[in-house]
Order: sequence, then C-alpha cells, then structure tokens
Amino acid sequence: MKPASFEYVTAESWDAAAASLAEHGDDALILAGGQSLVPVMNFRLAQPAVLVDVNVIPDSAYLQIDGDSLRIGALTRHVRFEAPGIDGPLGRLLPRIAHHIAHLPIRMRGTFGGSLAHADPASEWCTLARTLDAVMIAQSVTGERRIAAADFFHSALATDLADDEVLREVELPALGPDWRCGFAEFNRRAGDFAIVQSVAAIELHEGQIVSARIGVGGATETPQRSGAAEKALLGGAPTSELFAEAAGAAADAIEDFLTDQQANADLRRDLVRVMVLRALEDAVSAG
Amino acid sequence: MTRIQLNVNETIHDVEVEPRHSLVDTLREGCGLTGSHIGCEHGVCGACTVLVDDQPVRGCLMFAVQADGKDIRTVEGLDDDGAFNALQQAFHEHHALQCGFCTPGMLMLATWIVERGLPVDDNELREIMASNLCRCTGYRNILRAVRAVLDASGQDGAGA
Ligand SMILES: Cc1cc2nc3c(=O)[nH]c(=O)nc-3n(C[C@H](O)[C@H](O)[C@H](O)COP(=O)(O)OP(=O)(O)OC[C@H]3O[C@@H](n4cnc5c(N)ncnc54)[C@H](O)[C@@H]3O)c2cc1C
Ligand code: FES
Ligand code: FES
Repeated sequence: MKPASFEYVTAESWDAAAASLAEHGDDALILAGGQSLVPVMNFRLAQPAVLVDVNVIPDSAYLQIDGDSLRIGALTRHVRFEAPGIDGPLGRLLPRIAHHIAHLPIRMRGTFGGSLAHADPASEWCTLARTLDAVMIAQSVTGERRIAAADFFHSALATDLADDEVLREVELPALGPDWRCGFAEFNRRAGDFAIVQSVAAIELHEGQIVSARIGVGGATETPQRSGAAEKALLGGAPTSELFAEAAGAAADAIEDFLTDQQANADLRRDLVRVMVLRALEDAVSAG
Repeated sequence: MTRIQLNVNETIHDVEVEPRHSLVDTLREGCGLTGSHIGCEHGVCGACTVLVDDQPVRGCLMFAVQADGKDIRTVEGLDDDGAFNALQQAFHEHHALQCGFCTPGMLMLATWIVERGLPVDDNELREIMASNLCRCTGYRNILRAVRAVLDASGQDGAGA
C-alpha cells in the first residue's frame, strides 16, 4: 500500500530535530533509516502528519571509545558494526550480532538509534542494549536526559522516549579483556526477525565466572535480563553442564511469553533454553 | 507538491512529487522508467532494488524527496549501447530468470556486488543475494550467473 500524506522537513542538527518535534507535538515522527517506519506507514499503521528527516545531520554516525564507554551515534548504520574497528570482546561481538539483522541493503540504511526507538521485541540491538545496561541519551528543547535500558523499553514498540524527544546517542560499557561475549538467535528464514535470541556476557577470573549478563530477546514484549541464569552462573566454572543449567533456569523463569503465528509459549520457552545455551557456548568459543 | 531532480542513469529528470511518493513509484510514474518493479512495498522482496549513489536501496522504503540531487541507477541503465552487459548476458546464458519479475532487482544488487571489486566466496554471495526473493528460479541459476561474472573479473573468493 501507499502511505498517507505528510509534510516532509529535514533537520540539519539534533537541536533542529528536537525543535521540529516540539513544534508539531505527537503529529511528527523522526525519519532515520526508514527501514521500519516506512513499512509501517505503507501499511497505514502510522500516519504521521510530519516527518523530520535526520539523515543529513552531520557527525551523527560514529562508534567511539570514551573511557569505560562505547558511544554510539544514533545514526550509525547497522552495516558499520560489521567492521566496528574496536578492540576487545565488544569489538568481536558487534559484527556477529549485526550480521543477523535483516539483509545487507537494509543494514546499509537502518540505524542503531532507529532500532532502539522502534523497539521491536526481537531487535538485536535492543537485546544487546538491555543485556549490557546501555544508557540512552535523549534530547528535547528543554534539555538532555539519560535513560537506563531497564527503564527505556516499556512494551513492544513502546519506549520511554517522549513525543518531543530525539534519541541522539547510546552508551554501552566497553567491556574489559576478561569478558567473553556470545550471541545466538533462531529464525525460520534468513533475514527475518528472530523468534528468540540471546546475548551472553561473562567475566572470567582464574577460571571462575565473576560477573554474568544474560539477555533474552523475542521471548517477551521487551528484551529482558535473566537474573535466574546469571545467578546460576556466578562463581562457577564455564562448563557445558553449568551453561545447560543456566539456560534451563532462564527458560523456566519466564512467565509472560509472547505468542503469535510463529511460535507458542512452549516453543518459545524451548528456544530460550537453546539460544541461551548457544550464546554461552559462543562466548567461550568465539567471544 | 515538491519539485526534485533525480539523476537517473546519467539523465536529469525534473519531477514533481508528493513527499509520500516512494523513490520506486517516482521512477516508474514520474520518470517513465518501469524496469524497477514493486512487489511487497514493505522491504521484504527486493524487487524494487535500485542503486542510490552506488549503494543498493529498497526503492519502496525511500521517499523520492530523500533522493533529490542523488545519482540513481536502474536496470534501464545497464546495457552497453543496446547490447547486454556482462551480467545481463550471464543471466541469459545461465537461465537465471523465468517470469523476470525479480530480475531488475537481482541485477542491480548483483551490479553492486560486482562493482565493489572485492573477492566474494560462495557463502557470502548466497547470503547477499538472499536479500531478494525469487518465486521462480530456485536461485541456483541466479547464483551461477553472478558467480560467472565475478570469476571472469577475478573476484573468485580465493583468499576471501
Ligand atoms: C525485511 C526487513 C527485515 C528486518 N529484519 C530485522 C531484524 O532481523 N532485526 C532488526 O533489529 N531489525 C530488522 N529490521 C528493521 C531494521 O533494523 C530497521 O532499520 C530498524 O528497526 C529501524 O531503524 P531505522 O533507522 O530504519 O528507523 P526508522 O524506520 O526510520 O524509524 C523507526 C522508528 O524509530 C523512530 N526513530 C528513529 N530514529 C530516531 C531517533 N534518533 N530519535 C527518536 N526516534 C527515532 C522513528 O520515528 C520510527 O518511529 C528489518 C527490516 C526489514 C524491512
Ligand atoms: S517492493 Fe520494495 S522490497 Fe518489496
Ligand atoms: S524469475 Fe520469476 S520471480 Fe524470479
């Protein structure tokens, strides 16, 4: 189908984008890569009166290590993460995740910030952001706000961003050399959104797991960290038996599974178990 | 309505568009270039793939106003003075199309792969070409055709 009529404006800066949103209120939406918004508009599920195109904002696409953080510009395209040019476990993890997002032409347009703002339950970047407790930096005409990932995702396709806020930057913790990170997801066709995916990050000290972050996406309305799996891992050695136990704990702990034509709750539970296990195995083999 | 300029296959087209008009609709209806096809209009099939500043783009997910002043390449610009170019010839020889609906998008995606000039192994080729759907060929012959052109230009994936 064709989208409904709208007014098109371009913003030359984040300030200008925020000013446009303030002026038009909830009638306006940001247009980033357009790889989620335009399909939704073509289905007429969204009919914004104004689109604020941010693609021309200079210096808004970057991956930059700054002390203990990796700062990611909202307009950084997915494809950029396939060769992030960053050392360490995070630098090794990002390309392995990016590769799973859609198809190459879509990855060349779609943006990191757009994925987070869109908040699909099975978005790889949303699951990563939740797992690592990213901080989202939102901007409006009244100033800047830092939003923790735990507060950012409200439900499927709904975030803490207000109608007049743009997402300008995201901060991820730059994980130190003792971390090992892995990723796994299941889908039925290459390029589709995952049914379930998992990000696993463990910190090892003298053969022992001293910190663990296990994230699950696609299973529930918003990506979640699995406290049960993390608890099972802490203090143990990174063995297949322990990983299986943690993966089982992750699957058992979830109560509010999404169900749709792709998978019911039983299948999603089983997939959580397998994806968490595979993400952990990926962490020790490739992480 | 907004007046924009699209440089399509090295010809300037001055067209009037509404912001809601997609690039592929504008190429077809504003510029009279009906080679680029429209399948799903939500980014899944790739029939609408064109090159914008030499990058493959879903033409149904970009608004024409966003392409104002940009260089666009479509299937109409591929031929060598009326004769098939190497990729078109390879599609012909390897029987890489049946109904032909997906072909313009497949050719533009493959054009990008070939022009990139990098070695491409079979796995990567398969993965990139999987961006676009074909309901007829079963894909094997499309991959064979692109492979043949890549091999002929020394992008055979050895060392990739
Ligand atoms: C066929 C297909 C398959 C796909 N598969 C996957 C997949 O497997 N995994 C996946 O994660 N994604 C997938 N996607 C979606 C893709 O990753 C999108 O690029 C992404 O979800 C949105 O990013 P965007 O830059 O395109 O945002 P847009 O589509 O431009 O915007 C999406 C939403 O976010 C808002 N927004 C965007 N940027 C900002 C900002 N800076 N501040 C405030 N609001 C903003 C917009 O207003 C809109 O509501 C797929 C898309 C297609 C078409
Ligand atoms: S018509 Fe554009 S991807 Fe299908
Ligand atoms: S040849 Fe018919 S869809 Fe590909």
